[in-house]
Amino acid sequence: MNKYLVNLKINNMPISVEEGTTILDAARQLNLRIPTLCHHPDLSVAGNCRVCVVEVKGARLLAASCATPVSEGMEVFTNSEKVRIARKHIVELLLTEHNADCTKCFKSGNCELQDLATEYRIGDHVFLDIVKPQSKIQDISSPSIVKDDSKCIRCQRCVRTCDELQGLTALAVTNKGDHQKISTFLNKPLNDVVCSTCGQCINRCPTGALTEHTNIEEVWNAIYDPSKFAVVQTAPATRIALGEDLGLTPGERVTGKMVSALKRLGFNKVLDTDFTADLTIMEEGTELLTRLKKILVEKDDSVKLPMMTSCSPGWIKFQEHMYPDLLENLSTCKSPQQMFGALAKTYYAEKINIKAQDMIVVSIMPCVAKKFECERSEMRDSGYQDVDFVLTTRELAMMIKQAGIDFNHIEEEHYDSILGESTGAAVIFGATGGVMEAALRTAYEIVTGREVPFTNLNIQPVRGMDGIKEASIKIKNVKPEWSFLEGVDLNVAIANGLANARKLMEKVKSGEANYHFIEIMGCPGGCLGGGGQPIPTSPEIRKKRAEAIYSEDANMPIRKSHENPEVVEVYEQFLGEPLGHKSHDLLHTHYRPRKRY
Amino acid sequence: MTTDLLVKELVDKNGKCRNSLMPILQGIVQKEHYLSEEAMLAVARELDLSAADVYGTASFYTFLDTVPRGQNIIRVCKTITCHMKGKDEIVNAICNHLKIKVGETTHDKKYTLLTANCLGWCHKGPVMLVNDDVYPDLTPDKALEIIQTYGKEE
Amino acid sequence: MEKYLKKVDIIFEDTKALSCVNVLEKTLKRSPDEIILDLIDSGLKGRGGAGFPTGLKWKFTRNEDSDVKYVICNADEGEPGTFKDREIIDKVPEKIFTGMTICGYVIGAKEGYIYLRGEYNFLLKGLQTKLDKFNDMLKQKHIDFIIHLKSGSGAYVCGEESALFESMEGKRGEPRNKPPYPTVAGYNSKPTVINNVETLVYTTMICHMGPEKFKELGTKDSRGSKVFSVSGDTPIAGIYELELGMPLNQFVEEFGDGDTKAVQVGGASGHCVPRKKFNDTIIGFEGIPTGGSMMIFNSSRSMYNVLHDYLEFFTEESCGQCTPCRVGCQQLLKGIEAVKRGEKAPAYLDDLKKVTNTMKIAAKCGLGQSVGNPFNSIVDNFREEIIY
Repeated sequence: MNKYLVNLKINNMPISVEEGTTILDAARQLNLRIPTLCHHPDLSVAGNCRVCVVEVKGARLLAASCATPVSEGMEVFTNSEKVRIARKHIVELLLTEHNADCTKCFKSGNCELQDLATEYRIGDHVFLDIVKPQSKIQDISSPSIVKDDSKCIRCQRCVRTCDELQGLTALAVTNKGDHQKISTFLNKPLNDVVCSTCGQCINRCPTGALTEHTNIEEVWNAIYDPSKFAVVQTAPATRIALGEDLGLTPGERVTGKMVSALKRLGFNKVLDTDFTADLTIMEEGTELLTRLKKILVEKDDSVKLPMMTSCSPGWIKFQEHMYPDLLENLSTCKSPQQMFGALAKTYYAEKINIKAQDMIVVSIMPCVAKKFECERSEMRDSGYQDVDFVLTTRELAMMIKQAGIDFNHIEEEHYDSILGESTGAAVIFGATGGVMEAALRTAYEIVTGREVPFTNLNIQPVRGMDGIKEASIKIKNVKPEWSFLEGVDLNVAIANGLANARKLMEKVKSGEANYHFIEIMGCPGGCLGGGGQPIPTSPEIRKKRAEAIYSEDANMPIRKSHENPEVVEVYEQFLGEPLGHKSHDLLHTHYRPRKRY
Repeated sequence: MTTDLLVKELVDKNGKCRNSLMPILQGIVQKEHYLSEEAMLAVARELDLSAADVYGTASFYTFLDTVPRGQNIIRVCKTITCHMKGKDEIVNAICNHLKIKVGETTHDKKYTLLTANCLGWCHKGPVMLVNDDVYPDLTPDKALEIIQTYGKEE
Repeated sequence: MEKYLKKVDIIFEDTKALSCVNVLEKTLKRSPDEIILDLIDSGLKGRGGAGFPTGLKWKFTRNEDSDVKYVICNADEGEPGTFKDREIIDKVPEKIFTGMTICGYVIGAKEGYIYLRGEYNFLLKGLQTKLDKFNDMLKQKHIDFIIHLKSGSGAYVCGEESALFESMEGKRGEPRNKPPYPTVAGYNSKPTVINNVETLVYTTMICHMGPEKFKELGTKDSRGSKVFSVSGDTPIAGIYELELGMPLNQFVEEFGDGDTKAVQVGGASGHCVPRKKFNDTIIGFEGIPTGGSMMIFNSSRSMYNVLHDYLEFFTEESCGQCTPCRVGCQQLLKGIEAVKRGEKAPAYLDDLKKVTNTMKIAAKCGLGQSVGNPFNSIVDNFREEIIY
């Protein structure tokens, strides 16, 4: 507020900006684009790629515009001869240590280095190719992430992501000089280190050095296989982001188009993970109330509070590595994806008269950790691998393009039934705070018989993009069977991004916090900012996606999970009751401690 | 002393903050000649750092080896003046004597032979370090003589 | 015992005759501003190579408002061809400690650190003993300053001041973005004076003998004397304190072996001066500045080998974070190899020279910025040797 204004000129255009603004940001205010590679709006400034260099009048050196604050009277030139030559050189140099076999690269078409090389019309390579042959051996050990060092340009965005946003530092810069690289502890395969598989590194990698472990071909094969019945489920956050990879702007809701496209791809049934999101609320909400009762009434200290959500598989793996002593605090509920898989190959298979072994369950997820999750040995309660393949939102966009579908002009369609009905409560699972809000909408009503006391059911205190949110809800005038909750302040906390989760866990561990219920999403912003979502990502893009999610919720006819008619039906016809015997077998799981060091 | 105990001792002496990382790693190398997986994990645990971070930091520094080394580490300066004054002869003599190549460790784990960038004795090259001790004005014979004294000590 | 050309004798002047304690006590009676004025008046510039005026550096740091400040002695001498700091640390450490204490007094710092390169670990024990004695003396005299010792672990780039801070903070020695400069945010992000070993000794000696005497030596742009590390093809390799501003031909006459074809002034990151330019080359800030390294090559030496060695050095010792330096060094090294083997045309050297210009203006720190110095000066003056 008390910031001084600094006057400068960029390319002879005068501008006044706040003290502390970088040259890069000042130039943007003038609609001047300065190319960047190591810079990312979610991360700290590195200033190491040097493509953003600019000339400052009177200075001996070019300045990295991302790392240089403006000063009074500064005269900056973003495209002088000196700048252009240096910038072109830098791009050329990067290309010499980069495996520029673009046609074979998974990221081709969405690569910042490729764009820059094209922009500068880098022709025949003047300089020597210095890609190290051994760097071309990809690390494919992780079910989620593929690491290809030959494509790496050492911008360190992944390292900063893993450290600053995710609090893990599974990736680090190692060695120096010509041996410098981005690696893991003792260069171990990704699958053997403390990696949450969240894939946030993929979202911020400017090249093809970090990509998802793709399953596109397996899914095509399943679709084409006449002996298989291919069922697809779509996660809440996919419908508000898919459009970004198909020519639409962030924040456009494409639910109906996505359903239609999936049908045209050839899936036998197009169903919705939102259905099991609603189911999760039934199970998890009941679990929370049960835990509260056990502790408050029965004084049973075998159950733990705060209870923590378990929808985000990156968060789960993080917790297994980092806080194995808090695993009992995790809700035993499987994630909606896995509840869906387990139900699809049992309840649903029976209903539609298909043998479970003939069914292929495919998930469209905003996530790459889901690829890891579906392969967990715990996730085979149907007798088969419950979910066979997971595709990211990005992979689905690729398939839609491959199939020649004109996404922007197709008719909207509805999900198939059953397992296709959902509520607004389920949609908001895609945003940080959404599970909490959905759970509160249901739990409050179970306990009091009344709707949550927030206008239009919108529980504003748990919404928004803050890394950690806290709220307290007073429970009053409860139904007789919940009398032990009368007057209780239900304390909840919500974190998104694992670095924030870590902060919250430290508070829980130290006993400093007295929460009852904690929602954690592994990725910044929640699933809408997931590791499988369209690239690029930024706080602005995530904000637009969140707005789309909440407007999708607002437009749903049903907005409370317990009112989903298909959910009511599945309990009546198959599961019995929340936390019942069948639920226990199919919808709940357990966790395992993993090595932190 | 076990590695875990050594690390604990070094942490007690130097402190638990990040700024203590270098002296702790240096202390381990002093005793164990290199940073084993076990040692780096112990440091990571004690300082609440990620193992990759510890490894990434260690691997930046030439003297913080992360691969097994012998009890005596020989570093022959390879930079220009030592090069001009015959470091190749010194290296060859040592290689022949120990029957190892540069970068290797003898079977009995007594010696590791490495080359180093400028050791700061350009006026008295060729020069080598054996562990922390410096030996300028080398000849091949002199170098071998010096190395043998280390063999006896251990 | 080293051979000294007794042209100037300030740095190594007998410490027995000169009491550092007296210098310290005398100086601490003066006001910090007076001391700064003396240093500015003396014209002393940093002796590590970059040549920033020492008095100004102290002044800027003094002007920063902070409870915690640091004085750091950069003893990470790693420039190929430089070995004078080792000798200074070994012979006259009290003068370094005194300079640091004076600096602490001037800028308002209570703690100092000496960052000694790992290659000099054999000095640690002796230095620590002397330091303990000095710290005890400070305590007895109620001077609120203490000096600690930190050692490096083999990384040339840690001689770059911000990389040195990173290393002291337990991180990879990667240079930081500037600004902020160390005077504002250095070690632990606090205002920090970081001076080379030799510079600190000169500050002690200027406080001792006054700026006038120092100023009498040298030239207008290069006041005073400097310690030189002389090596290569010379019969009298060693450490010499010489007046700044001398013409290179005199130096070669004194130190050469009669067949000198080139002198590399300023170490691997410095400039190569061929015989034909000896007469018009001044050693000093107006000519070729140097951290003190003087490497002499006679006509038996291949300048290709010299350049190759240097480039190998930089390729390995680059921290690797910024593109121009990490990739540039590798391209230069592999480039001259390719030209030598005939795989690239001689004209490729000109493409590489352009790369060095990009490195010079776009690399993040002095390491990458200066690789072009040896490359261009050797390629320009000894092109045939590189090609054939």
